[in-house]
Amino acid sequence: MADLVVIFFAAALVNNIVLIQFLGICPYLGVSQFLDSAIGMGGAVIFVMGMSSMVTWVIQHQFLERFGIEYLQTVAFILVIATLVQFVEMVMLKFSPPLYKALGVFLPLITTNCAIMGVALLNITDGYTFVETVFHALGSGIGFFIVIVLFAAMRERLDRADVPGPMKGTPIALVTAAIMSLAFMAFAGFDVTAMLGG
Amino acid sequence: MERLWSDFAKGIKIENPVLRLVLGMCPALAVTTSAINGIGMGLATTAVLLMSNILVSLLRNMIPRKIRIPSFIVIIASFVTIVDYTMAALVPPIHQALGIFIPLIVVNCLILGRAEAFASKNPLVRSVADGLGMGVGFTLALTVLAAFRELLGAGTVFGVAIMGTTYQPAIMMILPPGAFLGLGFLMGAMNWWDRRARRAELKARKEALTHG
Repeated sequence: MADLVVIFFAAALVNNIVLIQFLGICPYLGVSQFLDSAIGMGGAVIFVMGMSSMVTWVIQHQFLERFGIEYLQTVAFILVIATLVQFVEMVMLKFSPPLYKALGVFLPLITTNCAIMGVALLNITDGYTFVETVFHALGSGIGFFIVIVLFAAMRERLDRADVPGPMKGTPIALVTAAIMSLAFMAFAGFDVTAMLGG
Repeated sequence: MERLWSDFAKGIKIENPVLRLVLGMCPALAVTTSAINGIGMGLATTAVLLMSNILVSLLRNMIPRKIRIPSFIVIIASFVTIVDYTMAALVPPIHQALGIFIPLIVVNCLILGRAEAFASKNPLVRSVADGLGMGVGFTLALTVLAAFRELLGAGTVFGVAIMGTTYQPAIMMILPPGAFLGLGFLMGAMNWWDRRARRAELKARKEALTHG
Protein backbone atom coordinates (compact mmCIF):
# COMPACT_ATOMS: atom_id res chain seq x y z
CA MET A 1 0.00 0.00 0.00
CA ALA A 2 2.79 2.41 0.95
CA ASP A 3 4.33 1.80 -2.50
CA LEU A 4 1.14 2.92 -4.17
CA VAL A 5 1.00 6.13 -2.12
CA VAL A 6 4.61 6.85 -3.05
CA ILE A 7 3.86 6.30 -6.75
CA PHE A 8 0.83 8.58 -6.49
CA PHE A 9 2.64 11.49 -4.83
CA ALA A 10 5.76 11.09 -6.93
CA ALA A 11 3.64 11.35 -10.09
CA ALA A 12 1.55 14.28 -8.84
CA LEU A 13 4.25 16.46 -7.28
CA VAL A 14 7.87 15.29 -7.45
CA ASN A 15 7.84 14.31 -11.13
CA ASN A 16 5.04 16.67 -12.07
CA ILE A 17 4.00 15.77 -15.55
CA VAL A 18 3.93 19.35 -16.88
CA LEU A 19 6.58 21.24 -14.97
CA ILE A 20 9.21 18.51 -14.62
CA GLN A 21 8.51 16.03 -17.43
CA PHE A 22 7.23 18.47 -20.09
CA LEU A 23 4.21 16.48 -21.16
CA GLY A 24 0.97 18.23 -22.03
CA ILE A 25 2.53 21.65 -22.60
CA CYS A 26 0.09 22.49 -25.41
CA PRO A 27 -3.07 22.48 -23.24
CA TYR A 28 -1.06 23.95 -20.37
CA LEU A 29 -0.30 27.04 -22.44
CA GLY A 30 -3.39 26.96 -24.66
CA VAL A 31 -6.29 26.36 -22.24
CA SER A 32 -5.04 28.39 -19.28
CA GLN A 33 -6.47 31.78 -20.20
CA PHE A 34 -9.48 31.38 -17.93
CA LEU A 35 -9.88 29.55 -14.64
CA ASP A 36 -13.14 27.83 -15.63
CA SER A 37 -11.78 26.25 -18.78
CA ALA A 38 -8.60 25.21 -16.95
CA ILE A 39 -10.70 23.33 -14.40
CA GLY A 40 -12.66 21.64 -17.21
CA MET A 41 -9.53 20.65 -19.07
CA GLY A 42 -7.89 19.36 -15.89
CA GLY A 43 -10.93 17.23 -15.06
CA ALA A 44 -11.10 15.80 -18.57
CA VAL A 45 -7.39 14.91 -18.45
CA ILE A 46 -7.70 13.05 -15.11
CA PHE A 47 -10.62 11.07 -16.49
CA VAL A 48 -9.15 10.16 -19.87
CA MET A 49 -5.68 9.53 -18.46
CA GLY A 50 -7.04 6.99 -15.98
CA MET A 51 -9.11 5.17 -18.61
CA SER A 52 -6.49 5.18 -21.35
CA SER A 53 -3.71 4.00 -19.02
CA MET A 54 -5.75 0.98 -17.97
CA VAL A 55 -6.71 0.10 -21.55
CA THR A 56 -3.22 0.55 -23.01
CA TRP A 57 -1.69 -1.50 -20.17
CA VAL A 58 -3.99 -4.41 -21.00
CA ILE A 59 -3.33 -4.02 -24.73
CA GLN A 60 0.44 -4.03 -24.21
CA HIS A 61 0.58 -7.04 -21.90
CA GLN A 62 -2.33 -9.11 -23.22
CA PHE A 63 -2.00 -8.53 -26.95
CA LEU A 64 1.22 -6.93 -28.14
CA GLU A 65 3.52 -8.99 -25.92
CA ARG A 66 1.58 -12.22 -26.24
CA PHE A 67 1.78 -12.13 -30.02
CA GLY A 68 5.27 -10.61 -30.16
CA ILE A 69 4.20 -7.50 -32.06
CA GLU A 70 5.57 -4.81 -29.72
CA TYR A 71 6.72 -2.78 -32.72
CA LEU A 72 3.06 -1.88 -33.27
CA GLN A 73 3.00 -0.13 -29.87
CA THR A 74 2.98 3.46 -31.16
CA VAL A 75 0.29 2.80 -33.77
CA ALA A 76 -1.86 0.73 -31.41
CA PHE A 77 -1.68 3.20 -28.51
CA ILE A 78 -2.57 6.29 -30.51
CA LEU A 79 -5.50 4.53 -32.18
CA VAL A 80 -6.78 3.17 -28.87
CA ILE A 81 -6.55 6.60 -27.25
CA ALA A 82 -8.28 8.33 -30.16
CA THR A 83 -11.08 5.76 -30.19
CA LEU A 84 -11.45 5.85 -26.43
CA VAL A 85 -11.79 9.63 -26.40
CA GLN A 86 -14.51 9.48 -29.07
CA PHE A 87 -16.27 6.76 -27.13
CA VAL A 88 -16.11 8.64 -23.83
CA GLU A 89 -17.49 11.71 -25.56
CA MET A 90 -20.48 9.77 -26.90
CA VAL A 91 -21.19 8.00 -23.61
CA MET A 92 -20.99 11.27 -21.71
CA LEU A 93 -23.34 13.02 -24.12
CA LYS A 94 -25.87 10.19 -23.77
CA PHE A 95 -25.79 9.61 -20.02
CA SER A 96 -24.67 12.83 -18.41
CA PRO A 97 -25.29 16.01 -20.41
CA PRO A 98 -24.18 18.31 -17.55
CA LEU A 99 -20.84 16.51 -17.31
CA TYR A 100 -20.57 16.69 -21.10
CA LYS A 101 -21.14 20.43 -20.95
CA ALA A 102 -18.37 20.84 -18.40
CA LEU A 103 -15.76 18.47 -19.88
CA GLY A 104 -17.02 17.50 -23.34
CA VAL A 105 -15.63 20.43 -25.31
CA PHE A 106 -12.14 19.55 -24.14
CA LEU A 107 -12.30 15.90 -25.13
CA PRO A 108 -11.40 16.24 -28.85
CA LEU A 109 -8.38 18.32 -27.84
CA ILE A 110 -7.15 15.50 -25.67
CA THR A 111 -6.40 13.05 -28.50
CA THR A 112 -3.28 14.98 -29.43
CA ASN A 113 -2.40 15.74 -25.82
CA CYS A 114 0.99 14.17 -25.38
CA ALA A 115 0.45 13.78 -21.64
CA ILE A 116 -2.06 10.97 -22.23
CA MET A 117 0.17 9.06 -24.63
CA GLY A 118 3.25 9.91 -22.54
CA VAL A 119 1.80 8.46 -19.34
CA ALA A 120 0.62 5.36 -21.25
CA LEU A 121 4.21 4.84 -22.48
CA LEU A 122 5.76 5.58 -19.07
CA ASN A 123 3.54 2.92 -17.46
CA ILE A 124 5.12 0.38 -19.80
CA THR A 125 8.74 1.59 -19.72
CA ASP A 126 8.73 1.86 -15.92
CA GLY A 127 7.33 -1.67 -15.68
CA TYR A 128 4.32 -0.92 -13.48
CA THR A 129 1.77 -3.57 -12.54
CA PHE A 130 -1.88 -2.92 -13.31
CA VAL A 131 -2.68 -1.44 -9.89
CA GLU A 132 0.47 0.70 -9.92
CA THR A 133 -0.53 1.91 -13.38
CA VAL A 134 -3.87 3.13 -12.04
CA PHE A 135 -2.20 5.06 -9.21
CA HIS A 136 0.47 6.46 -11.50
CA ALA A 137 -2.13 7.64 -14.02
CA LEU A 138 -4.37 9.21 -11.38
CA GLY A 139 -1.39 10.90 -9.72
CA SER A 140 -0.21 12.31 -13.05
CA GLY A 141 -3.70 13.50 -13.91
CA ILE A 142 -4.15 15.22 -10.58
CA GLY A 143 -0.69 16.77 -10.92
CA PHE A 144 -1.78 18.18 -14.29
CA PHE A 145 -5.01 19.50 -12.74
CA ILE A 146 -3.14 21.26 -9.91
CA VAL A 147 -0.67 23.07 -12.15
CA ILE A 148 -3.07 24.09 -14.89
CA VAL A 149 -5.51 25.55 -12.35
CA LEU A 150 -2.75 27.41 -10.47
CA PHE A 151 -1.33 28.67 -13.73
CA ALA A 152 -4.70 29.87 -15.02
CA ALA A 153 -5.28 31.82 -11.81
CA MET A 154 -1.92 33.52 -12.29
CA ARG A 155 -2.49 34.25 -15.96
CA GLU A 156 -5.79 35.98 -15.26
CA ARG A 157 -3.79 38.48 -13.21
CA LEU A 158 -0.89 38.56 -15.63
CA ASP A 159 -3.24 39.93 -18.27
CA ARG A 160 -3.55 43.14 -16.32
CA ALA A 161 0.16 43.44 -15.52
CA ASP A 162 2.39 45.88 -17.37
CA VAL A 163 4.72 43.57 -19.30
CA PRO A 164 7.42 44.86 -21.69
CA GLY A 165 6.12 44.75 -25.29
CA PRO A 166 8.10 41.87 -26.81
CA MET A 167 7.46 39.66 -23.75
CA LYS A 168 3.66 39.96 -23.90
CA GLY A 169 1.61 36.76 -24.27
CA THR A 170 3.37 33.41 -24.55
CA PRO A 171 6.90 34.57 -23.59
CA ILE A 172 5.87 35.92 -20.19
CA ALA A 173 3.65 32.85 -19.65
CA LEU A 174 6.73 30.69 -20.19
CA VAL A 175 8.78 32.73 -17.72
CA THR A 176 5.96 32.34 -15.18
CA ALA A 177 5.98 28.59 -15.84
CA ALA A 178 9.75 28.61 -15.19
CA ILE A 179 9.19 30.07 -11.74
CA MET A 180 6.46 27.51 -11.03
CA SER A 181 8.76 24.74 -12.19
CA LEU A 182 11.46 26.04 -9.87
CA ALA A 183 8.98 25.91 -7.00
CA PHE A 184 7.96 22.35 -7.88
CA MET A 185 11.59 21.24 -7.92
CA ALA A 186 11.53 21.75 -4.16
CA PHE A 187 9.33 18.64 -3.96
CA ALA A 188 12.38 16.61 -4.99
CA GLY A 189 13.31 16.42 -1.30
CA PHE A 190 9.81 15.32 -0.34
CA ASP A 191 10.01 11.86 1.29
CA VAL A 192 6.60 10.18 1.30
CA THR A 193 7.82 6.98 2.97
CA ALA A 194 9.14 8.94 5.94
CA MET A 195 5.81 10.75 6.23
CA LEU A 196 3.97 7.45 6.40
CA GLY A 197 6.30 6.44 9.20
CA GLY A 198 7.90 3.65 7.12
CA MET B 1 10.02 28.22 -58.37
CA GLU B 2 9.49 31.36 -56.32
CA ARG B 3 6.39 29.90 -54.76
CA LEU B 4 8.30 26.77 -53.82
CA TRP B 5 10.93 28.91 -52.14
CA SER B 6 8.29 30.78 -50.14
CA ASP B 7 6.67 27.44 -49.12
CA PHE B 8 10.05 26.42 -47.80
CA ALA B 9 11.16 29.70 -46.23
CA LYS B 10 8.00 30.51 -44.32
CA GLY B 11 8.65 27.65 -41.90
CA ILE B 12 11.99 29.10 -40.89
CA LYS B 13 10.99 32.55 -39.76
CA ILE B 14 7.50 33.93 -40.45
CA GLU B 15 5.72 30.73 -39.41
CA ASN B 16 8.43 29.14 -37.30
CA PRO B 17 6.64 26.20 -35.64
CA VAL B 18 8.10 26.67 -32.16
CA LEU B 19 8.66 30.41 -31.92
CA ARG B 20 5.64 31.61 -33.91
CA LEU B 21 2.96 28.93 -34.14
CA VAL B 22 3.75 27.61 -30.62
CA LEU B 23 3.48 24.01 -31.85
CA GLY B 24 5.56 21.05 -30.74
CA MET B 25 6.36 22.61 -27.39
CA CYS B 26 6.80 19.39 -25.41
CA PRO B 27 9.90 18.11 -27.24
CA ALA B 28 11.18 21.69 -27.60
CA LEU B 29 11.26 22.02 -23.83
CA ALA B 30 12.06 18.48 -22.79
CA VAL B 31 15.03 17.39 -24.88
CA THR B 32 16.93 20.65 -25.29
CA THR B 33 19.39 20.03 -22.46
CA SER B 34 22.30 19.78 -24.89
CA ALA B 35 22.78 20.98 -28.46
CA ILE B 36 23.27 17.48 -29.83
CA ASN B 37 19.93 16.32 -28.40
CA GLY B 38 18.25 19.37 -29.91
CA ILE B 39 19.58 18.54 -33.38
CA GLY B 40 18.71 14.85 -32.97
CA MET B 41 15.11 15.59 -32.02
CA GLY B 42 14.84 18.20 -34.78
CA LEU B 43 16.08 15.82 -37.46
CA ALA B 44 13.89 12.93 -36.26
CA THR B 45 10.84 15.19 -36.41
CA THR B 46 11.86 16.55 -39.82
CA ALA B 47 12.16 13.00 -41.18
CA VAL B 48 8.67 12.06 -39.97
CA LEU B 49 7.20 15.37 -41.15
CA LEU B 50 8.73 15.04 -44.63
CA MET B 51 7.64 11.42 -45.12
CA SER B 52 4.13 12.01 -43.81
CA ASN B 53 3.74 15.12 -45.98
CA ILE B 54 4.81 13.09 -49.04
CA LEU B 55 2.42 10.22 -48.39
CA VAL B 56 -0.51 12.42 -47.38
CA SER B 57 -0.02 14.56 -50.46
CA LEU B 58 0.13 11.50 -52.76
CA LEU B 59 -3.00 9.99 -51.19
CA ARG B 60 -4.89 13.27 -50.81
CA ASN B 61 -7.48 12.41 -53.46
CA MET B 62 -7.95 8.85 -52.25
CA ILE B 63 -8.61 9.39 -48.54
CA PRO B 64 -12.32 10.00 -47.85
CA ARG B 65 -12.84 13.32 -46.08
CA LYS B 66 -14.66 11.84 -43.12
CA ILE B 67 -11.88 9.52 -42.01
CA ARG B 68 -8.97 11.75 -42.97
CA ILE B 69 -7.77 12.48 -39.42
CA PRO B 70 -7.54 8.80 -38.34
CA SER B 71 -5.83 8.02 -41.67
CA PHE B 72 -3.25 10.78 -41.11
CA ILE B 73 -2.62 9.50 -37.58
CA VAL B 74 -1.97 5.97 -38.84
CA ILE B 75 0.40 7.27 -41.53
CA ILE B 76 2.29 9.40 -39.01
CA ALA B 77 2.45 6.63 -36.41
CA SER B 78 3.92 4.20 -38.98
CA PHE B 79 6.69 6.64 -39.90
CA VAL B 80 7.38 7.37 -36.23
CA THR B 81 7.85 3.65 -35.62
CA ILE B 82 10.28 3.45 -38.56
CA VAL B 83 12.29 6.44 -37.29
CA ASP B 84 12.23 5.06 -33.71
CA TYR B 85 13.70 1.68 -34.70
CA THR B 86 16.17 3.23 -37.17
CA MET B 87 17.54 5.56 -34.50
CA ALA B 88 17.77 2.72 -31.96
CA ALA B 89 19.93 0.84 -34.45
CA LEU B 90 22.11 3.68 -35.76
CA VAL B 91 22.49 6.22 -32.92
CA PRO B 92 21.72 4.39 -29.65
CA PRO B 93 23.05 7.13 -27.28
CA ILE B 94 20.80 9.82 -28.78
CA HIS B 95 17.87 7.38 -28.90
CA GLN B 96 18.46 6.70 -25.21
CA ALA B 97 18.66 10.40 -24.32
CA LEU B 98 15.46 11.30 -26.20
CA GLY B 99 13.56 8.43 -24.54
CA ILE B 100 9.78 8.46 -24.82
CA PHE B 101 9.89 11.70 -26.79
CA ILE B 102 10.59 9.72 -29.96
CA PRO B 103 7.33 7.72 -29.91
CA LEU B 104 5.67 10.96 -28.77
CA ILE B 105 6.49 12.57 -32.14
CA VAL B 106 3.21 10.96 -33.16
CA VAL B 107 1.25 13.42 -31.00
CA ASN B 108 3.33 16.43 -32.06
CA CYS B 109 0.60 18.77 -33.29
CA LEU B 110 3.03 20.22 -35.85
CA ILE B 111 2.98 17.06 -37.97
CA LEU B 112 -0.77 16.46 -37.94
CA GLY B 113 -1.22 20.20 -38.44
CA ARG B 114 0.87 20.27 -41.61
CA ALA B 115 -0.83 17.12 -42.95
CA GLU B 116 -4.25 18.67 -42.43
CA ALA B 117 -3.50 22.30 -43.31
CA PHE B 118 -1.05 21.84 -46.17
CA ALA B 119 -0.22 18.38 -47.53
CA SER B 120 -3.83 17.26 -47.88
CA LYS B 121 -4.57 20.24 -50.12
CA ASN B 122 -1.39 20.70 -52.16
CA PRO B 123 0.60 18.77 -54.79
CA LEU B 124 3.64 16.66 -53.97
CA VAL B 125 6.48 19.10 -54.71
CA ARG B 126 4.97 21.94 -52.68
CA SER B 127 4.26 19.59 -49.78
CA VAL B 128 7.89 18.47 -49.81
CA ALA B 129 9.04 22.11 -49.69
CA ASP B 130 6.60 22.84 -46.86
CA GLY B 131 7.68 19.78 -44.86
CA LEU B 132 11.37 20.57 -45.31
CA GLY B 133 10.90 24.23 -44.37
CA MET B 134 8.87 23.49 -41.25
CA GLY B 135 11.35 20.75 -40.30
CA VAL B 136 14.34 23.04 -40.72
CA GLY B 137 12.58 25.78 -38.73
CA PHE B 138 11.81 23.32 -35.94
CA THR B 139 15.37 21.95 -35.92
CA LEU B 140 16.86 25.47 -35.88
CA ALA B 141 14.66 26.61 -32.99
CA LEU B 142 15.49 23.48 -30.98
CA THR B 143 19.21 23.72 -31.68
CA VAL B 144 19.44 27.41 -30.78
CA LEU B 145 17.51 26.86 -27.55
CA ALA B 146 19.55 23.77 -26.70
CA ALA B 147 22.88 25.47 -27.44
CA PHE B 148 21.85 28.45 -25.28
CA ARG B 149 20.86 26.18 -22.37
CA GLU B 150 23.98 24.03 -22.71
CA LEU B 151 26.22 27.13 -22.84
CA LEU B 152 24.82 28.63 -19.64
CA GLY B 153 24.08 25.39 -17.86
CA ALA B 154 27.25 23.45 -18.58
CA GLY B 155 29.60 26.00 -20.20
CA THR B 156 29.84 23.91 -23.39
CA VAL B 157 28.24 23.81 -26.84
CA PHE B 158 28.13 20.44 -28.63
CA GLY B 159 30.35 19.22 -25.78
CA VAL B 160 33.12 21.76 -26.59
CA ALA B 161 34.11 23.91 -23.60
CA ILE B 162 33.44 27.57 -24.45
CA MET B 163 33.25 29.47 -21.21
CA GLY B 164 36.70 28.64 -19.83
CA THR B 165 37.58 26.84 -16.62
CA THR B 166 36.63 29.65 -14.23
CA TYR B 167 32.98 29.59 -15.34
CA GLN B 168 30.53 28.39 -12.72
CA PRO B 169 27.74 26.66 -14.68
CA ALA B 170 24.21 27.86 -13.91
CA ILE B 171 22.87 24.32 -13.49
CA MET B 172 19.31 25.62 -13.39
CA MET B 173 19.49 26.16 -17.16
CA ILE B 174 19.77 22.43 -17.90
CA LEU B 175 17.14 21.58 -15.30
CA PRO B 176 13.41 21.88 -16.15
CA PRO B 177 12.97 25.58 -15.14
CA GLY B 178 15.74 26.57 -17.56
CA ALA B 179 13.73 25.16 -20.46
CA PHE B 180 10.76 27.44 -19.78
CA LEU B 181 13.01 30.41 -19.07
CA GLY B 182 15.17 29.87 -22.17
CA LEU B 183 12.23 29.46 -24.52
CA GLY B 184 10.42 32.45 -23.00
CA PHE B 185 13.36 34.73 -23.56
CA LEU B 186 14.10 33.28 -27.02
CA MET B 187 10.52 34.08 -28.07
CA GLY B 188 10.79 37.52 -26.50
CA ALA B 189 14.03 38.19 -28.40
CA MET B 190 12.41 37.08 -31.66
CA ASN B 191 9.48 39.46 -31.06
CA TRP B 192 11.84 42.31 -30.22
CA TRP B 193 13.90 41.71 -33.36
CA ASP B 194 10.74 41.60 -35.45
CA ARG B 195 9.39 44.84 -34.03
CA ARG B 196 12.68 46.58 -34.69
CA ALA B 197 12.72 45.38 -38.29
CA ARG B 198 9.14 46.51 -38.77
CA ARG B 199 9.88 49.93 -37.27
CA ALA B 200 12.94 50.38 -39.50
CA GLU B 201 10.85 49.49 -42.52
CA LEU B 202 8.17 52.03 -41.60
CA LYS B 203 10.81 54.70 -41.12
CA ALA B 204 12.42 53.95 -44.48
CA ARG B 205 9.03 54.15 -46.16
CA LYS B 206 8.28 57.48 -44.50
CA GLU B 207 11.65 58.89 -45.55
CA ALA B 208 11.10 57.73 -49.10
CA LEU B 209 7.76 59.57 -49.10
CA THR B 210 9.12 62.87 -47.77
CA HIS B 211 12.18 62.84 -50.06
CA GLY B 212 10.45 61.42 -53.09
